[in-house]
Amino acid sequence: MLDEPFATGSTLFHKRDPRVKIIGAVAISLVLALSSSFLVAGTGCIVTGAMLALSNPAPRLVLKRIISVNIFTLFMWLTLPLTYGGEEILIFSFLNLSMDGIRVAALITLKTNGILFCFLALLATSTTADLGRGLEKLGMPEKLSFLLLFSYRQLFVIHQEYHRLQRAAKLRGFTPANSLHTYRTYSYLFGMTLVKSWNRAERIHQAMILRGFNGRLIPLNQPQPVKADYLFLVMMLLISLFLAGLSFFPL
Amino acid sequence: MHISEGILTAPVLAGGAVLTTIGTAVGLKKLDYDRIMTVSLFSAAFFVASLIHVPVGPGSVHLLLGGLLGLLLGWGAFPAIVVALSLQTIFFGYGGMIVLGVNGFTIAGPAVLCGLLLQPWLVGSRRQQKIAGFMAGFCSMFLSALLMTGALFLSDQGFLRAATLLLVSHLPVMLIEGLITMFVVTFLARVQPEILSINN
Repeated sequence: MLDEPFATGSTLFHKRDPRVKIIGAVAISLVLALSSSFLVAGTGCIVTGAMLALSNPAPRLVLKRIISVNIFTLFMWLTLPLTYGGEEILIFSFLNLSMDGIRVAALITLKTNGILFCFLALLATSTTADLGRGLEKLGMPEKLSFLLLFSYRQLFVIHQEYHRLQRAAKLRGFTPANSLHTYRTYSYLFGMTLVKSWNRAERIHQAMILRGFNGRLIPLNQPQPVKADYLFLVMMLLISLFLAGLSFFPL
Repeated sequence: MHISEGILTAPVLAGGAVLTTIGTAVGLKKLDYDRIMTVSLFSAAFFVASLIHVPVGPGSVHLLLGGLLGLLLGWGAFPAIVVALSLQTIFFGYGGMIVLGVNGFTIAGPAVLCGLLLQPWLVGSRRQQKIAGFMAGFCSMFLSALLMTGALFLSDQGFLRAATLLLVSHLPVMLIEGLITMFVVTFLARVQPEILSINN
């Protein structure tokens, strides 16, 4: 379950330098996040959807992401039309459907999904390691990028450790229920995971000191942006400007 | 526990980004290279905690354990939580890049605050450790839910009732967080007590 299925591929989006993609993604998402116009959100959704299609992801995985991200949107759809107030279109004895509530929920849905598409097309097409290094070159503090890269590296190991403990509990007949015993068991499983993480951290730290670690991680390949990357950056910025410009049209 | 992209307004997003940047900067400043590996691994463990689903009533909730991280790492928990949240965005699409500032502060802020206030009790008697554990889990979750409600309300007054519903629905989660954090602390006190004094 822990993998980066979007990061493998050979499309235009996969080949670009992570730095360019990060800047483009921030520019486009920012415009979408700040807009309150249906024209911007709707056009943004279409444009980023097209970008996502160009990055050629597996449809099943995209659908899974859309569903998991829209759980919050669903909550908004279930609550806002009933609680938002303002202009009401349907009045039952105690339930009033608010038009403004529906409008806000619809706008949120467009914005959330537009930003998701942009994220999947631009950022998910790089591995986390490449994104981390890209962020560092864009000025993220060295220590923070170290934290990101190392947490990412160890994530899989810790996850496996936890799974091993969980399997062992299952083999001993543990079945989760609504009981204090269940909560205590989960706590001990996680506590043991922490103990193992702590001991692993000590060992890794010692091994790195032994190899002359002084706080800097030196990547093996340091790609430089080429002409196509700059061209791509200009295109992404133009898209974001275009979307920002749309917000001046009243709709 | 994450607010998705596209819901909050510019001032709230900007405020969250500023607060998270400050918190992360302070956390990083207080973090030396001898402890950075521990913080990285605990950040990964925090990420794994969010994959653990425990049964509550007919459904299940996933753990957060920000309070525990705050208790163990103090200020170091701030960057650890922000990093784990970024990884969650990358792997599962929860939260998002623009809203990371707000989500980061709603979760890491209370975690660090509760952690720093309750840390002295971690090295006290068994009873004090239990109370510190429960309070860290419960209070940090409560404050996080409160901040989240506040962020939604500040963005749009119309969200008030939906946000209140969200706050109330988090009440059982706060209890679970408190209990689990308490049990983890007592477990650590018996198995590897050094972990409880990493920050001292």
